[in-house]
Amino acid sequence: MAIASTAPAVPHEGQFARFWKRLRRRKAALAGLVFIVIVILAAIFAPVIAQFDPLSQDYTAIRQPPTALHWFGTDELGRDIFARIVFGARASMLAGVISLSIALAIGVPFGLAAGYLGGWIDLSISRVVDAMLAIPFLILAIALAAFLGPSLTNSMIAIGVTAAPLFVRLTRGQVLSVKAEDYVAAARSLGNPHWRVAFRHILPNVLPALIVQATLALAAAITSEASLSFLGLGQQPPAPSWGSMLNTAQRSLSNAPWIAVWPGMMIFLTVLSFNLLGDGMRDALDPRSR
Amino acid sequence: MTRLIARRLIELIPTLLILSVIIFLLQRLLPGDPAIALAGDDNDPELLEQIRKQYNLDQPLPIQYLSWIGGVLHGDLGNSMRLGRPVLDLILDRLPVTLQLAVMAMLFALVVGLTAGIISAIKQGTIWDYLANIVALAGISLPNFWMGIMMILFFSVMLGWLPASGYVSPAEDLQRSLLSLLMPAIVLGSGIAGVIMRHTRSAMLQALESDYVRTARAKGLFESRVVIRHAMRNALTPVITLGALEFGGLLGGAVLTEQIFNIPGFGKLIVDAVYNRDYAVVQGVVLVTAIVYVGMSLLADIGYVLANPRLRE
Repeated sequence: MAIASTAPAVPHEGQFARFWKRLRRRKAALAGLVFIVIVILAAIFAPVIAQFDPLSQDYTAIRQPPTALHWFGTDELGRDIFARIVFGARASMLAGVISLSIALAIGVPFGLAAGYLGGWIDLSISRVVDAMLAIPFLILAIALAAFLGPSLTNSMIAIGVTAAPLFVRLTRGQVLSVKAEDYVAAARSLGNPHWRVAFRHILPNVLPALIVQATLALAAAITSEASLSFLGLGQQPPAPSWGSMLNTAQRSLSNAPWIAVWPGMMIFLTVLSFNLLGDGMRDALDPRSR
Repeated sequence: MTRLIARRLIELIPTLLILSVIIFLLQRLLPGDPAIALAGDDNDPELLEQIRKQYNLDQPLPIQYLSWIGGVLHGDLGNSMRLGRPVLDLILDRLPVTLQLAVMAMLFALVVGLTAGIISAIKQGTIWDYLANIVALAGISLPNFWMGIMMILFFSVMLGWLPASGYVSPAEDLQRSLLSLLMPAIVLGSGIAGVIMRHTRSAMLQALESDYVRTARAKGLFESRVVIRHAMRNALTPVITLGALEFGGLLGGAVLTEQIFNIPGFGKLIVDAVYNRDYAVVQGVVLVTAIVYVGMSLLADIGYVLANPRLRE
């Protein structure tokens, strides 16, 4: 992986400034970042932005096309779609961040242990990772969510646990390449304990690769949450989520197609933005593209 | 070669063993008494007793695992609580449908991904390269359930060109069968087409900058011959193995695609089982997909070695 070669020097302020300068030149990545910031702000300030309650039903305004009053139209229960999109951003962003945190919290320590300690610890961790990666991502997430029971929290746990092996493998690979560096040997020969070498000298150097992968994984986590909610395993009605909105929209496709357009467009643009940002960050960290 | 395959097969044993433990333990995630959960809505004490016996729930966990894996090795994946049929039969019934869908999706992904990747590498820095990259990224970022719904809206509801849902077996009517899976295959294959395009592009760019391509050009060969005979042949080997690896992932994507287009395949089986809390079926589907995936990775490995004379030694 190209990112590995950026690892040796611990990133400090000057390097972050240089990284930001390189990232800023990539217009697509920047556009992605701007869109993500807008979605995050919309999620935080949802009650201020939305003029309607996302749950309040209005049987006099069922399946209305977009108007000046209802910008994105109304759904099959007369609820304002714009309000549901804005509040739905909360479920998507929350699911993305929390499931990614779970994946990192499991993946990084195990990857660090496997790569740094080696031996039978590495062998056992790697075998479990291989086995988990043999199950297609969505199938494992569906099975976990099904056995845990359908809810937004359980879907976040399911996605996080399913994504964890990817981070174990990535961290392990990065640690293996950093471990061979002279400064790690120097840190060891100075008498630093293993945990200190692992956390103070190795971890900071594998962070750039992890951050790039985490950005791309956020995109995958948001899609997965939407997929699970679409299947009825994530956010439960009547609470809004982009995935579950698409599920109900399917039923009125022929007479109210706008119900399906907005939530899908939001998932697409948000996932695209994270992918653009992740790609841009990877290029900005790649020494060959400097 | 035989030694390599034998070595890879031996290496697979611990992976498959751990895999079986993980899938077995899924059942332990059920809150409360698993017998009650497995029985679904039926709380008949006799049925509960029967389930406890059938799954050895009154035995310690290792014994339960051994009896489960013993059954699995003999092709017994348990019975569907709802349909009252062996899980393996249900899976074998549905597998051909999903395989047909996956093969069509992979063909679409290969044709589109390879063509776009090669063109964008040859025309690097032009509008074509730019366009191909945008389309690839869009393909990767488009949630396939939304793409499916939008395609149904345009091609079925508005234009009336293609059937919105349902499946026709190729044995019954080949043309209608292909038509019924056309939209689902495009939806399922679009993400992989994007991945294949990106890999093809970077492999082709690397090949076009290599010494052997420079030599071929220096000999005065036509550019088309340089690209097709020299660069492409070398660049495409890793891409084809990537395709084999991604094929397993298609089974995961098929879950959503089959749900949207109402196709009675493997993915629909697991979703229906989830809705009906038919846990033995869920476990069985996870196990079979994982085995197919492991098998495809093995084929990809072997294919890679076969295509790389230097690794064959």
